[in-house]
Amino acid sequence: MTQTIYQPSTLQPDETIITDEEHIKPYTLNFGPQHPAAHGVLRLILEMSGETVERADPHVGLLHRGTEKLIEYKTYTQALPYFDRLDYVAPMNQEHAFALAIEKLLGITAPERAQYIRVLFCELGRILNHILNITTYALDVGAITPSLWGFEEREKGMEFYERVCGARLHANYFRPGGVRYDMPVGLAEDMWEWSENFPKFIDDLETLLTNNRIFKQRTVDIGVVEKDDAINWGFTGPMLRASGVPWDLRKSQPYEVYDKMDFDVPVGKTGDCYARYLVRVEEMKQSLRIIRQTLNEMPGGPVLVDDYKVAPPPRMEMKQSMEALIHHFKLYTEGFHVPAGETYTAVEAPKGEFGVYLISDGSNKPYKCHIRAPGFYHLAALDFMSRGHMLADTVAIIGSMDVVFGEIDR
Amino acid sequence: MTPKQLCAHVKKQLKKSVLDCTVDKDECVLTVKRADIFHALHVLRDDPDCFFRQLIDITAVDWPARMPDRFDVVYHLLSLRHNHRIRVKVMTDDATPVSSATELFQSAHWAEREVYDLYGVTFEGNPDLRRILTDYGFEGHPLRKDFPLTGYQEVRWDSEKMAVVYEPVQLQQDFRVFDFESPWEAMTDVQLPGDEKAVKPKVGTIDYRTEAKEAMKQIGNK
Repeated sequence: MTQTIYQPSTLQPDETIITDEEHIKPYTLNFGPQHPAAHGVLRLILEMSGETVERADPHVGLLHRGTEKLIEYKTYTQALPYFDRLDYVAPMNQEHAFALAIEKLLGITAPERAQYIRVLFCELGRILNHILNITTYALDVGAITPSLWGFEEREKGMEFYERVCGARLHANYFRPGGVRYDMPVGLAEDMWEWSENFPKFIDDLETLLTNNRIFKQRTVDIGVVEKDDAINWGFTGPMLRASGVPWDLRKSQPYEVYDKMDFDVPVGKTGDCYARYLVRVEEMKQSLRIIRQTLNEMPGGPVLVDDYKVAPPPRMEMKQSMEALIHHFKLYTEGFHVPAGETYTAVEAPKGEFGVYLISDGSNKPYKCHIRAPGFYHLAALDFMSRGHMLADTVAIIGSMDVVFGEIDR
Repeated sequence: MTPKQLCAHVKKQLKKSVLDCTVDKDECVLTVKRADIFHALHVLRDDPDCFFRQLIDITAVDWPARMPDRFDVVYHLLSLRHNHRIRVKVMTDDATPVSSATELFQSAHWAEREVYDLYGVTFEGNPDLRRILTDYGFEGHPLRKDFPLTGYQEVRWDSEKMAVVYEPVQLQQDFRVFDFESPWEAMTDVQLPGDEKAVKPKVGTIDYRTEAKEAMKQIGNK
């Protein structure tokens, strides 16, 4: 496959009509930070030659909150909710990486039922993320209907989030050693019913977009990334797979119960914006398969480890046992101590490899917690991807990258 | 290739550049000399048995007590072909630049900018080493341990000047560091009046619940 860089022929000035003096001089365009197509607070300095982008310089950090610094001053329990606020489109997937990192340092494993619940909600998060990305991406390139339909469908998923943890966005549900609460009665049945109707929505979405002439004109052959480039730029997740690299941490380095799940990893052929869209659509179908499997196979049992040094005792017991009460008090003031050591733990978040590099000095607070956000590296490649493209194509490329500034700016 | 085999292989390939190579929790951790970092990354990328083609991440760790080389610059590499990871560390101070990895990995560019911004470690050969996450005109390197959590500057909207103004931080309430550490756990061996009545937990077990229940049963039986 050869690389086809989109070069609009109309931009080459016809020398018989326009003289050199009449050429448009290169100029700089400020895009954002308040622009609906910037997907958040992205400020983009574009050096333009006419309509063509010659250089793109993304200015990030407008949403920088110092999450990593704050985590160093919080106990492990207090630090967990910060992960919801990174990629706020799929919060539980981020919590997952942090919980797994702590578990690795503590040397504990979540009970099997908790692992199934985690996988279930991670895949639901993936679907929610992809719905948001595909529909807003379509909005960027001119289609409004998908986002109106998509948000309705997304709301159903958010309700499941709410029923299991009480919050639509900032879940704080995955804890070191399991999940905070067991699933309420009836939730599994309702999710099963939803999973039967959801394929219809994906079909409708595809009817609107997959063969849509305008959508294809805006995305096919735009922002092509070759295999080697994608690897070299540190791409992960759908961005890497769309470029033809069959790589998924759920398959290659399975965590929780992913090795028991039967699912396929979609791989794109062309590496353009359209391929990234197709990969995400197929991933939603595969996530649905996983959701149905977890609902079918979910075992009974506890959802949190039975170790009161890490997980709080049940409320009922605290009424009767002094030991339990003391544990609860110590856990929510001092927190638990994590043995000294370090780990890099990564999960396959909807946007790519989300990693946590956690260093513990043996105290109750992390010595350092570095967050590896997939979107940061994708956005770094924007300059490389948008050079030679039209201004409007840059918007399509940003849309196809699936950037969320909560995780990029941290 | 297991992490241990990888560790041995890397040691053989890099010989004198290696300061230390260990396997910790199934993760291969390699420490190299500062001068040899570019060479080490190059070998790790191109050696057929390593083939770490993806630079996943660069970050730094600040150890203020370890002067003068107070920073660890940490590289995370991933090999898609062999499905293994390695963590490469190099020690540096705040003045000596580290060779940039941008020639080997494009992803190093922004990662190095981030490390420079947050830790103040400089990279020699990075084409565009600007701040990335902090504000325009920001001073200091916030992730250093000696940088206060509250920072030095605060901003607010001034409706008279009709502009955002920068001012030194003035806290409405003193910054508090809570010390929750207590001798609670250490107290278990001290015999206080009344302790003889308590059920003594076995050392190393955490299952107080069943014991407490049994104790309550016994009390109930009496």
